[in-house]
Amino acid sequence: MAEPTVAVEVPVAAEGELLAARQVDLWRAVRLGLVGGLTAAFVSANGMVAAFSERAVLGGQTLGSLLLVAVPVLVGYLAGRPPPVLQGFATPRPGWRNVAGGLVAGLLSGVVMAVFVTLIATFDVRRILINVTPGLVREAPRLLTFGLELGAGGLVLILALNAALGAVAGTLHLLPARWRRAVFAAALWVLGFAMLQPVIVQVLRGIQAELRIWTAPLADFLYEPTGALSVPGAVAVAALAFGIHALLTREGRRPVRARLEPLPERSRRLLRLVVLAGILFVLGLLPQILGPFLSEVLNIAGIFLLMALGLNIVVGLAGLLDLGYVAFFAVGAYTTALLTSPQSSLGVGWIFWAAVPFVVLAAAVSGLAVGTPVLRMRGDYLAIVTLGFGEIARLLFLSDWLKPTFGGAQGIIQVRDITIGPIEIGGPQAFFYVIFCFVLLAAYVTYALQDSRVGRAWMAMREDEAVADAMGVNIVTAKLSAFIAGAMLAGFGGALFASKIGSVFPHSFSVIVSITILVVIIVGGMASVPGVVLASFVLVGLPELLREFAEYRFLIYGALLIFMMQRRPEGFIPSRRRAEELHEEEISQDAGLRTQATMQQQAGPAEDGRNETS
Amino acid sequence: MALFEIRGLTRDFGGVRAIDGLDLDVDDGEIISVIGPNGAGKTTLFNLVTGMIPAGQGDIRFEGRSIVGLRPSQILELGIARTFQNVRLFPEMSVRENVMVARHCRTRSGMLKAIFRAPSFRREEQETRQRAEQALAFFGSRLIGWRFDTPARSLSYANRRRLELARAMASEPKLLLLDEPTAGMNPRETQELTELIQRLRDETGVTIVLIEHDMRVVKGVSERVVVLDYGQKIAEGAYADVASNDRVIEAYLGKTATTA
Amino acid sequence: MAKTSLEPRGSIAVRRRFQLPIVDSFLWLVRIAAIVLIVVGAFNSLTSGRLSGQQWRDLVVFGIAQGSVYALIALGYTMVYGILRFINFAHGEVFMIGAMTGFYVSDGLSRTWLWEAQPFISLLIVLICCMTVSALIAVLLERVAYRPLRGLPRLLPFITAIGASFFLQYTVATLFGTSVKAYPSVDALTGVVTFLGFRILKVQVLVIVAALLMLAGLYLYVEKTKAGRAIRAVAEDPEIAQLMGLSVDRTIVRVFAIGGALAGAAGFLFGLVFQNVHFLSGFLPGIKAFTAAVLGGIGNIPGAVLGGLLLGSVESLGPSLVLVGLGIPSAHQLKDVVAFLALVLVLIFRPTGILGERVSEERA
Repeated sequence: MAEPTVAVEVPVAAEGELLAARQVDLWRAVRLGLVGGLTAAFVSANGMVAAFSERAVLGGQTLGSLLLVAVPVLVGYLAGRPPPVLQGFATPRPGWRNVAGGLVAGLLSGVVMAVFVTLIATFDVRRILINVTPGLVREAPRLLTFGLELGAGGLVLILALNAALGAVAGTLHLLPARWRRAVFAAALWVLGFAMLQPVIVQVLRGIQAELRIWTAPLADFLYEPTGALSVPGAVAVAALAFGIHALLTREGRRPVRARLEPLPERSRRLLRLVVLAGILFVLGLLPQILGPFLSEVLNIAGIFLLMALGLNIVVGLAGLLDLGYVAFFAVGAYTTALLTSPQSSLGVGWIFWAAVPFVVLAAAVSGLAVGTPVLRMRGDYLAIVTLGFGEIARLLFLSDWLKPTFGGAQGIIQVRDITIGPIEIGGPQAFFYVIFCFVLLAAYVTYALQDSRVGRAWMAMREDEAVADAMGVNIVTAKLSAFIAGAMLAGFGGALFASKIGSVFPHSFSVIVSITILVVIIVGGMASVPGVVLASFVLVGLPELLREFAEYRFLIYGALLIFMMQRRPEGFIPSRRRAEELHEEEISQDAGLRTQATMQQQAGPAEDGRNETS
Repeated sequence: MALFEIRGLTRDFGGVRAIDGLDLDVDDGEIISVIGPNGAGKTTLFNLVTGMIPAGQGDIRFEGRSIVGLRPSQILELGIARTFQNVRLFPEMSVRENVMVARHCRTRSGMLKAIFRAPSFRREEQETRQRAEQALAFFGSRLIGWRFDTPARSLSYANRRRLELARAMASEPKLLLLDEPTAGMNPRETQELTELIQRLRDETGVTIVLIEHDMRVVKGVSERVVVLDYGQKIAEGAYADVASNDRVIEAYLGKTATTA
Repeated sequence: MAKTSLEPRGSIAVRRRFQLPIVDSFLWLVRIAAIVLIVVGAFNSLTSGRLSGQQWRDLVVFGIAQGSVYALIALGYTMVYGILRFINFAHGEVFMIGAMTGFYVSDGLSRTWLWEAQPFISLLIVLICCMTVSALIAVLLERVAYRPLRGLPRLLPFITAIGASFFLQYTVATLFGTSVKAYPSVDALTGVVTFLGFRILKVQVLVIVAALLMLAGLYLYVEKTKAGRAIRAVAEDPEIAQLMGLSVDRTIVRVFAIGGALAGAAGFLFGLVFQNVHFLSGFLPGIKAFTAAVLGGIGNIPGAVLGGLLLGSVESLGPSLVLVGLGIPSAHQLKDVVAFLALVLVLIFRPTGILGERVSEERA
């Protein structure tokens, strides 16, 4: 609740962030600058800058230089942010202090980088830090000094550039919030278009090829032959995004949902059907438009999505942190391979669909086997035990002891393709439809269970097991059914995986798969289907699409997990309720105040008109 | 025969005797308060009755049958519901969902029915939903409408207590055990809740036993007051009699009893 | 997330649902099967005479040496769990970083004259470097990743720890490469010593002696010094400790630093014994050390030591003793399975450990 203009000088409080004495905390800016500089040095030393510099993104600039530039911008923005004010005190008016804060942070990160650059130029550390290649500073293309030679030129450039970018980022705080967010939207869209170039170009060309709509020239306008976004293209995207965002966030504009409220039920259902049909139509055409490579990317992301939806039930709904989830994936894959490959130890060579019931059975049994011993365990021990089970499974599949059955390190090969009647699903584009159907099924099951007695029992158990037990929830059944449901979905994922690749090897089933899926559901928001969908496409699809991300994906996963737990434990696209509960209590109270006022007019004198206080 | 009878209930914790030979009768439709200094064993009594801690010696009979040794969910099914001293809601579930869980013991649909949306499932869901909303509507406009879908965690303290009460009511109990229902509420909220408890009994006929420290509530709503101290019943009767009882005053000596 | 309370309702429970007895009988079946298999396997192995007495003794020595390493790592897990009640999943990576540091420092030193001339001083220098670096990483972890989450439901810091673990692993991989690093050989440490009929490699002697010294040091620190008392106090009841004027924050930092230092030492010793380290070297020892900590009783310092030695021995002897006796081919391939089985069995059947848990009061 910002009051007008005067910035009140508040005496310095105890330790913590409540330093409302100045508009901007100088020490915070310094700290941010140092952290930023170290981060920039880190991504240079570990080779990310060099790897990313292979990809041109905007005009002549590469993703690598973008990465280096992003650091001072980010820290500058954070440093220039006015500190939070206590209720009742005035929000300080934005001014030169925000810019100064950004400048300081930027400058400091520049100093750290300058020191780092000097060090690696002087000493040959390549024996230890293997990714500190000459191309960073000593030789062309001199990525860290943007082409300049070290000596006055390069160092000055680093310092000046970092400081300037920091200051510019600080000035963003001078904009009113709405415009600032529009700027972010524009930047995000430009970045998205730049990074998703392979997809967008393919889509535009594909649409032209399949639907005869004149979209291919758009691809040529937006992108240069190097794959980078062209400057006019970038400007166009930025302007469009900025405009749309500004339009959508006009004062007094009601959100889409509110506009739909007054419509009668029949129209709403019709609308929902139309939207669904539209989505299905698009998805139906998608493989043709995207071509084999991108379809394959979608397939891989899709299989992970299937498993993420399964783990979402176990972790997100039922609250059971299963770190050995990959074991169910393995069970599904091996069952399929054993039953469909003529080369396996069983050698029966059935069709895929004949194997599916056995996959279900095997998954259910595994779910039971894992769930039963852990019924009475507390959360962290449960996680470690399931991790143990997962590793035991992998090691057993790998072992020589069980080699006669499972093929040991050589695995099982010649797993049959999926057939639908006479049609063999060989290529990635056809396979997409199969995966899509399974994912749809899984999503439906998730929604159906979430909004049912079973789902509520799971959630209650997750929240407070003792009280749920007292309410009549059968904890044993609830836990086991959650494990079994999750295991089945992972089993399907494994079956599809085996058929797609055509073989199964034990090294595909390591703990890193479980962790990847865990990261997906945490980033996507536990118990939020759209979030999980988006997260699996970004976290799994992107590294498949852009090879330079593949090398660093686990590093990014780890960092994301740490970050997510600090900032937004509910995920990027939270299910609406979680976001509310963890961040937006005020909004619900404000809404409550408004409804109270309306209610007061309608209700009798028994209603009290007090404000709700938390 | 009383609705609810306790005979010679005794429970030890380690070396401490928490409940000592307690006898208690509660008739159908009564409102009784259980009071006593801290540590007198009141919440322990509730925990014993609802089966959340194993019983010691003695008998507890509800509608003529012994409920000693039954699990809490079974006791809920029989018709005894409770609220907790420290509010134990499901924070991340919505208001409506919190109350719907209480109907779990009265409904049956499982996973398969949920997935296939069988007609019996739909009917049950509808009914559960309606009953939950009804229970919430009992509290006026506070917990209804847009509030149905808000997470329980975003509620104010008083509303959380009301929600817990609604949840207890939704299981259609015959006996309701309220553990310090007005703790932490301001005078106005307390008054409101006192009236609501009265209304609950009058409109639904439910028998109510409440633990309370606020004597205004005790005086305002109870037909009978039972006083516990060190696990024993030291007095029983109308509020006026109990309040002037010497033993009761002595038990409270050193603690400020809230006077009406 | 949920607090577990699936306690049986005592002997008076009359009308139970039918699942719990089925679950209990299933678990009893597992117990009996495990015991039977172990006894049968051991009997077969011992009577078949496949391994000589000397070989058995070698395995025992190896188990103790390995167990000492596990014990040092386990102390870090157990102390952190005792105070903060959460599993520092990234502790294995702290150990790995110690091992990697050991490589680089000893590699560097081995090119100087000091290495040949004064091997033990060189080793001491390396040891100190390892311990310092690991301690710093541990403290950094606490400050950056865990402190902001203190007091929150314990699965949140746990998940953060998982993230930190992977982050550290791949930081090392991307900075230093994924290739295996080989420790330089130490002439003074080659060779064998005989002691009471046991044949002990000199390296193993160093490991066991070093571990013993550090444990003694830790014992003295925790029991006799003021800081150690503070640690014990905070471990028992952080609130009261704070009311008594102890700085909980500083104590926690100390605990992490000590645990990290011990893990760093363990990393160095590990490098000496196994000679090869790489960025994934921390995962398995980390999990095994956690098993050891739980086996001995989590939060219990002597327990961690006991658990470590026990687990090391079980892992060393298990395949030869039990698996071979059961007729399982290539039993040694399965030594990690043995370790994981131990983990699973301990957590299922005896989560309080041998010497009992010792964790801080959990507020309701």
